[in-house]
Amino acid sequence: MSVPSTVAPVAAPSRETRQFAVAFVVLLAAVAAAPFVAYPFFVMEALCFALFACAFNLLIGYVGLLSFGHAMFLGSASYVCAHAAKVWGLDPALAILAGVACSTVLGVVVGALSIRSQGIYFAMITVAFAQMVYFLCVEAPFTHGEDGIQGVPQGRAFGLLDLSQPALLYVFVAAIFLFGFLTVYRAVNSPFGEILKAIRENEPRAISLGYRVQRYKLAAFALSAALAGLAGATKAIVVQNASLTDVAFPMSGEVVLMTLLGGMGTLYGPVVGAIVVVSMQNYLAQYGQWVTVIQGAVFVACVLAFRRGIVGEIANALKWTSL
Amino acid sequence: MFLGHAITIQQLFGQLLIGLINGSFYALLSLGLAVIFGMLNIVNFAHGALYMMGAFCAYFLLHEFGLNYWWALIVAPLMVGAFGALLERTLLARLRGLDPLYGLLLTFGLALVVQGLFQNFFGASGLPYAIPPQLSGARNLGFMFLPNYRAWVIGFSASICFATWFAIEKTRLGAYLRAATENPTIARAFGLNVPRMITLTYGFGVALAALAGVLAAPINQVRPGMGADIIAVVFAVVVIGGMGSILGSIITGFALGVVEGLTKVFYPEASNTVVFVIMAVVLLIRPAGLFGKVA
Repeated sequence: MSVPSTVAPVAAPSRETRQFAVAFVVLLAAVAAAPFVAYPFFVMEALCFALFACAFNLLIGYVGLLSFGHAMFLGSASYVCAHAAKVWGLDPALAILAGVACSTVLGVVVGALSIRSQGIYFAMITVAFAQMVYFLCVEAPFTHGEDGIQGVPQGRAFGLLDLSQPALLYVFVAAIFLFGFLTVYRAVNSPFGEILKAIRENEPRAISLGYRVQRYKLAAFALSAALAGLAGATKAIVVQNASLTDVAFPMSGEVVLMTLLGGMGTLYGPVVGAIVVVSMQNYLAQYGQWVTVIQGAVFVACVLAFRRGIVGEIANALKWTSL
Repeated sequence: MFLGHAITIQQLFGQLLIGLINGSFYALLSLGLAVIFGMLNIVNFAHGALYMMGAFCAYFLLHEFGLNYWWALIVAPLMVGAFGALLERTLLARLRGLDPLYGLLLTFGLALVVQGLFQNFFGASGLPYAIPPQLSGARNLGFMFLPNYRAWVIGFSASICFATWFAIEKTRLGAYLRAATENPTIARAFGLNVPRMITLTYGFGVALAALAGVLAAPINQVRPGMGADIIAVVFAVVVIGGMGSILGSIITGFALGVVEGLTKVFYPEASNTVVFVIMAVVLLIRPAGLFGKVA
């Protein structure tokens, strides 16, 4: 590694930045072209799940924390957003913010309790907390139990954009997705992100260097919860409902699958994985429970033979480091 | 303050009994998880699915082969345990030396496959399994009726738990096992076949889950989703008790079942969440669990 010069008025873009830029242009083109190729509502849902997976990947990929309960953030934000838009009649943008606020607070509380444990303990604790949130959602009156919150109005974002028009809704959702994606990119490629990676690689050494690792982990957990909530709240506006599916345990497993399949610790992996998993569910829906069997088999195959994931394998083949 | 008038003594003891029954299942399942964790250092996410397989196994033995409950009690754990040992040999063994999180992910995938297959063939609804005739009926204890089958479940699972604890802590075989857990390399140098012990341990932990499944079959209906429903609570039990403590997982299992039962009497709304609330409190006070050693 070369020693960085102290005076760099116009820093030439590094190889990593260029590689990221190329891939990002591809992503932008794909997001722009997708609604003309596939059913727009399907694409919007896929974008929400892609953001959800990116949020999850921030923890497993860059801090090494496997959360097996991320549905609690997706689902709770989705409920709060749906309730805020339907019952309180809030502007959809504000309703989404309310959902994000809820998942962030939940993330801080759950994070504070669980980050003291590591590895599999952490995973089990998140499973248990997610189950608790699930039961709370089953019993809380405002979620309407099995029925969920139906008929959420899409309304006018910022009082201007009429989100009941599919084209505007698509732009709105795509903008939220790109915002979330770039937030993850920015967080990972910042001094904060470097410390997170240091914690992942060797936590005792990070502690010995004087970093308060618990604070960094908590911040990463809260950021991940907030972005997962952003995905859930946006999804509530897109599909116009919030239901127990989003907060139930299988959803926590699905986001793990998306990230594992796409490539843990890669920026684009969760996006690719989410699109594959959502498409798989969509096209195999007629086969009922076989979807679960196939998902399980994909899990097993990924863990045994394919641990880098799709994007990880591509990056490895191209020797690109920053996908 | 707690609706003091409405609780009768029968209700209280009735819920205590249900709590002890659930506690037996929690204890058997978390014991199996603890045994597997000690040896393989992985959390067996497939534990719930294997518990469900145990119950289905009992159902098939009765309806396809005419083997009654007592046979199922022996045959089902053996069959499911052998299946577990096969999984360990063919799949889990490949992950040795990797981050234990991969073991968790692999067993989660296996759980999805097993559960999905059963749901495909049997739907989501439950199949009935009759209480064996020798254990039907109930006896009057004066303050409550005690169904014989429930008394049997509690007594039998407590004995199995105690026997497992005894075997691991007090016998020569258990000493080998503990040695292999403590330091597999040195245990191998002393001539122990550690890979075989790992396979058998996994099989044994799985057999405990299947046994819990057989015991549960006459009480809860035999459903493909029964494992997925219980696994999160069992994880919470293991976190509360502390991983790696055999006795701890047994005591915590029974105790939390009772606490859950009592919550149903005094504050029913919280009965589903009480275990998780206790977990949060324990994590605040003793992050390593009640019986766990602080790392």
